[in-house]
Amino acid sequence: MEKNKKRLFGIIASILLVAFLIIAGVWAANAAQKNQTHQDTLERVKTTKQISWGVKTDTKLFGLVNTKTGKSEGFDVDLAKALTKQIGKQLNLNLTPTFTPVNASSKVQLLKNTNIDGVLAVMTITKERAKVVDFSDSYFPAGNSLLVKKDSGINSIKDLNDSSKTVLVALGTTAADTVKKEAPNAKILALQDYASAMQALKAGQGQAIVTDNAILYGLATENPDYKVVGGTLSYGPYGVAFDHNQKGMVEETNKALATLKKNGTYNALIKKWFGQVPGLDISQLEVK
Amino acid sequence: MTLFDKYSSLFLSGFGYTIMASLLALVASLVLGTVFALLQLSKKKGWAMVGNGYVQFFRNVPLLIITLFFYLAVAKVIKMTGFAAGTIALSLYTSAFIAECVRAGILSVDTGQMEGALANGLSYGQAMRKIILPQAFRIAIPSLGNQFINLVKNSSILAFVGGLDLMYQGNIVAANSFDTFTAYMIVGAFYLVLTLPLSYFMQYLEARTQGNQ
Repeated sequence: MEKNKKRLFGIIASILLVAFLIIAGVWAANAAQKNQTHQDTLERVKTTKQISWGVKTDTKLFGLVNTKTGKSEGFDVDLAKALTKQIGKQLNLNLTPTFTPVNASSKVQLLKNTNIDGVLAVMTITKERAKVVDFSDSYFPAGNSLLVKKDSGINSIKDLNDSSKTVLVALGTTAADTVKKEAPNAKILALQDYASAMQALKAGQGQAIVTDNAILYGLATENPDYKVVGGTLSYGPYGVAFDHNQKGMVEETNKALATLKKNGTYNALIKKWFGQVPGLDISQLEVK
Repeated sequence: MTLFDKYSSLFLSGFGYTIMASLLALVASLVLGTVFALLQLSKKKGWAMVGNGYVQFFRNVPLLIITLFFYLAVAKVIKMTGFAAGTIALSLYTSAFIAECVRAGILSVDTGQMEGALANGLSYGQAMRKIILPQAFRIAIPSLGNQFINLVKNSSILAFVGGLDLMYQGNIVAANSFDTFTAYMIVGAFYLVLTLPLSYFMQYLEARTQGNQ
């Protein structure tokens, strides 16, 4: 009897503890969200004299860590540097860019926590995302495409519309929605990042990777047995993301982006990063 | 909690896969662990070396690497899903730790027990099975409980190889809802729902078996 009572007490105590932990967590999350609403990114940039950008570390051509320097290099990173300089000119300040590695699942949370000011990390502008973050004008015209083994016989997304086919996507990208729409019978498997997706494709865990063509070109350059097929499935241009309601910062960024496109800096960066990619016509990417 | 309402089917399906992986790995690792504990204690040097080598190898390699090995390398020869690769890796990894628990349990049974059993005409195998192992498991229960709880939590390794488990779905919810914190809080609560009763069950077993002594 005594023992049973003790056990009952233990069970009740642990249930209470779990409930308490959950309530505390939800409360902390709400409190944290409230604290963030009144932070103005542009003001913060002006006071700290630096812009902290979230960039990728695993995406060839956009943001890939150079193993010698330990820093991310790519189109996103170079554009972030150019934007920082240009915004600095507009504000008559000497701004320095700093970089923080982000991945698909952390980038929005880091913005909201104000760990970073802006995200330049192959982020497609979508309606859902625009509800939680502010986007600048598009800075890169991307679209979903397929990467398959050269001898696989798969030429379009229609060839994958079969329950025996598995399509690999990277977590937190728009590719899963595209596949659900275009090939509803295919199985979708989400891997942690593009590198894991590529490894899984090589190991035969799936028949194709679906993601932005620009990233697939990067993967195809590294892996000559694979090719990009299927054309552009969905048009999904990239934008620079900021926390919600950051009108000032978005306007400065758009102004800077327009200037960079006009003065040739943008085209020079496109040529630097995409000029060597086989099978890609960079005149489609350049602004005229 | 609106996040849970919206994605409840994902969380629940992930929860199901986590339970399945945990149960399979629990049974497999207990069996494998016992076998390798016995091998380690074998009087034949060769067998003892095999047992020891197995334990040392799987105990000292990160679980993620074993998982990726099955998912990326072995899968090229024998087709297997991320779920299978993760569960196999989890079983092998945990079995090394369980082997150590069981071995410690066997060693702490008084040597007189084995001598007595042999003197009474039991074979080594019979003595092990009927006299030594029941006592050894009773002693090993608290540390086995630790391993089982670790196993349930370690099953989150499946998320890295598309294993459809709780953590995999948590990642997807976090990425889609942009509410990383709440998503992982819910995932954490689900793990507690599994591990707390398991803890109590092990405590109950401990109390019950000690009572017989």
